[in-house]
Amino acid sequence: MARRAGPVTRAGRAVALGVAALTLGTLLAVLLRAETASFGPADWSALRFTVLAALTAATLSVGLAVPASRALTRRRFPGRGLVITLMGAPFLLPVVVAVLGLLAVFGRSGLINRTFEVLGLSPVSIYGPHGVILGLVFFNFPLAVRMVLSGWQAIPAERLRLAAALGFGPDAVFRHLELPMLRQTLPGAFVAIFLVCLTSFAIPLTLGGGPRATTLELGIYQALRFDYDLGRAALLAAAQFALCAVAVGLAARLALPTRFGAGLDRQVERWDTRGWVLRLQDSVVLMLSCGFLMLPLAMIALRGVEGLPEMPASVWPAALRSVLVALVSTALCMAATVTLCAAISAGPAARWIETAGMLPLAASSLVLGTGLFILVHPFASPERLALPVTALVNAAMAMPYALRLILPAHREVEAAFGRLSDSLALTGLARLRWLILPRLRPVIGFASGVVAALSMGDLGVIALFANESQATLPLVVQQLMGAYRMPAAAGASLLLVGLSFALFWICDRGGRRHAAS
Amino acid sequence: MNASILAAGILTIATMAMAETPVLTVLTYDSFTAEWGPGPAIEKAFEAECGCDLKFVTAGDGAAVLARLKLEGTRSDADVVLGLDTNLTADAAATGLFAPHGQTVATNLPVAFNDPLFLPFDWGWFAFVYDKAKVPTPPKSFEDLAASSLKIVIEDPRSSTPGLGLLMWVKAAYGDRAPEIWAALADNIVTVTPGWSEAYGLFLNGEADMVLSYTTSPAYHLIAEKDDSKAAAAFDEGNYLQIEVAGKLASSPHQELADKFLAFMLTESFQGAIPETNWMYPAVTPKDGLPKGFETLVIPSKSLLLPANEAQALRAPSIEEWRAALAR
Repeated sequence: MARRAGPVTRAGRAVALGVAALTLGTLLAVLLRAETASFGPADWSALRFTVLAALTAATLSVGLAVPASRALTRRRFPGRGLVITLMGAPFLLPVVVAVLGLLAVFGRSGLINRTFEVLGLSPVSIYGPHGVILGLVFFNFPLAVRMVLSGWQAIPAERLRLAAALGFGPDAVFRHLELPMLRQTLPGAFVAIFLVCLTSFAIPLTLGGGPRATTLELGIYQALRFDYDLGRAALLAAAQFALCAVAVGLAARLALPTRFGAGLDRQVERWDTRGWVLRLQDSVVLMLSCGFLMLPLAMIALRGVEGLPEMPASVWPAALRSVLVALVSTALCMAATVTLCAAISAGPAARWIETAGMLPLAASSLVLGTGLFILVHPFASPERLALPVTALVNAAMAMPYALRLILPAHREVEAAFGRLSDSLALTGLARLRWLILPRLRPVIGFASGVVAALSMGDLGVIALFANESQATLPLVVQQLMGAYRMPAAAGASLLLVGLSFALFWICDRGGRRHAAS
Repeated sequence: MNASILAAGILTIATMAMAETPVLTVLTYDSFTAEWGPGPAIEKAFEAECGCDLKFVTAGDGAAVLARLKLEGTRSDADVVLGLDTNLTADAAATGLFAPHGQTVATNLPVAFNDPLFLPFDWGWFAFVYDKAKVPTPPKSFEDLAASSLKIVIEDPRSSTPGLGLLMWVKAAYGDRAPEIWAALADNIVTVTPGWSEAYGLFLNGEADMVLSYTTSPAYHLIAEKDDSKAAAAFDEGNYLQIEVAGKLASSPHQELADKFLAFMLTESFQGAIPETNWMYPAVTPKDGLPKGFETLVIPSKSLLLPANEAQALRAPSIEEWRAALAR
């Protein structure tokens, strides 16, 4: 596989090194400023809770995503495109906003408990370990659906035709076509979600009902913000990275490449799923998934609309800054990710390059921001660099998502057309232009949408660097909430979600414009 | 990218034009400088009399301000740090970065407060805020609260200043009985949030009957929203104080200007902006008194405040007590 170990691999290695420097280098910078470092009993219990919660949430998200994405592939119904697009919404939300939306449905005075009250049932409490899982699944289940859906769509129509010609029923199609696809897609999706959950702290703490639901990230926050214990922060961050490395390694062992070969991109049609039992099953799955996701979103939108007139003028320049930062980080992230994918497909050191690309998922943005601050401060005023640094960090933080989405498709393309291209001596930029980009256009569009939206919603390091004239929209939402202005904050959040969504939609559409379906 | 080049150009020209006027940099928390915070009015008033340029640099909250200062150390560009509270001052003093302010000002604080390094600019009592219609008879003490079936939201002392204030409140009021009080409160606590805004948001959305905030919180609803449904509970054992302070840095090249700012901080133009932007009590009552609406606020019969050194020493063991009592 050592073909083309030339410029492509070198560029990929450079990107991987850059990402590793940004994540591990900043950790090192924090560690070097530390005086002592120790891992207390409270940290061990936080570690246990973090891993358990992340494992459960990732298992549930990915497990539920299989029937949901399967139903979405098999069925055509009005509004299907909208459902798929809205699937992108939850993980674009600022955490506080999403939590308030969830509570409007599942909370003590939420829709469900009010219905229970009318029916004379005793109320249920969301607060506790089950609430933590619910919150994490709300954020990550839609992402899992989109990842698995891409896998489903990657099964060439010709194989399904062949299966139909051979008289395969649903079971046989599952065994011969769907199962291999799942074995390729699920481990990556699982790891991505496991790592996202690993670094969360506001959802577990708020919905967990108290200090039992303490994650490593809270420990980092406490160490950096309150105790100024840089050593402890660095240790906890290192523990997160270690977990990341183990998870990526395990997933790479579990994932098997599929051997479907190339197709002609025909419209996929399913002949094996016309029975009424399957139709009913798919309908129920779809309705439950949509209800679970759409109700909280609808509550957020309702509150937001009421708050729109309350918004102060400062949200508009902040919104503009956020959009600019998002566009720059998307461009950076896409260029870096496609380079990484090419280097991974090219062979040498693939595992290392892929792991480096996944590192940012396990990075604590607070440690990263602090590390950058320590590195930048002696040379330049941090405020001057606030926006470029934010764009760079957002690009790096979103890269694992882009990588998980683009890499499987990239591998397919290389498996199907790699040898032909090699024999035509189609290498380097020409290969990118004539083979990779046209084939990957839809997935690059979708990934750009995700990255742009993530970059819009992410507080990341901006809070550490910016001053009042550089605030981005999420920062303004946070400031409004901190000043009693909850309705205005709800309005600004809706604006944020609307803008993230618009960016996402434009990128996603742009990618699909020339696609067959 | 043209826009940013242009912006950089304008910035350079602007910097050159201001080269003669000295710049006083104040490090503070970000809600202070927000459009709706006290910052803009204060900047205008001070610049009118100092012949200087007042520049704010911000970090998230009081704790973040201190963390940022420690990261910057003696290389800090800041001349004045504004927005630490009494739970952080011992820690801040121990950095050795602050210089004595050398000023004596008569303040209206309910306790004696004399610190050679820090001057208070506003203060408030922590209190549980509730909706008068939903809680007709509010509890009169922590024990009352623990015995009731009222649901409360509190902030985490590991990540928020009000959360730490509550911890000190229970410690100051009950001493060694604190773990017992926390254990009794456990079934009242709906949840613990990372910061004040999440807790207050949950309360406003009806997730809890009471929320840990300030006695001045109802003034916001009354004055800004014309809503008199909220009130704060005064406890018989006393309510804990939060005093917000400022100090100047020894490394500052603008010592005189920094002194001028600290003196200005306790004058009418600064203090008058505080009640309706920071929603706290100003440290010096404006000559026209407090804004209308503040007279409706509850005044606790007793004010609690642990000395800064004691608060610092108690922090780690109290957090451990709290965690152990609530993790059961």
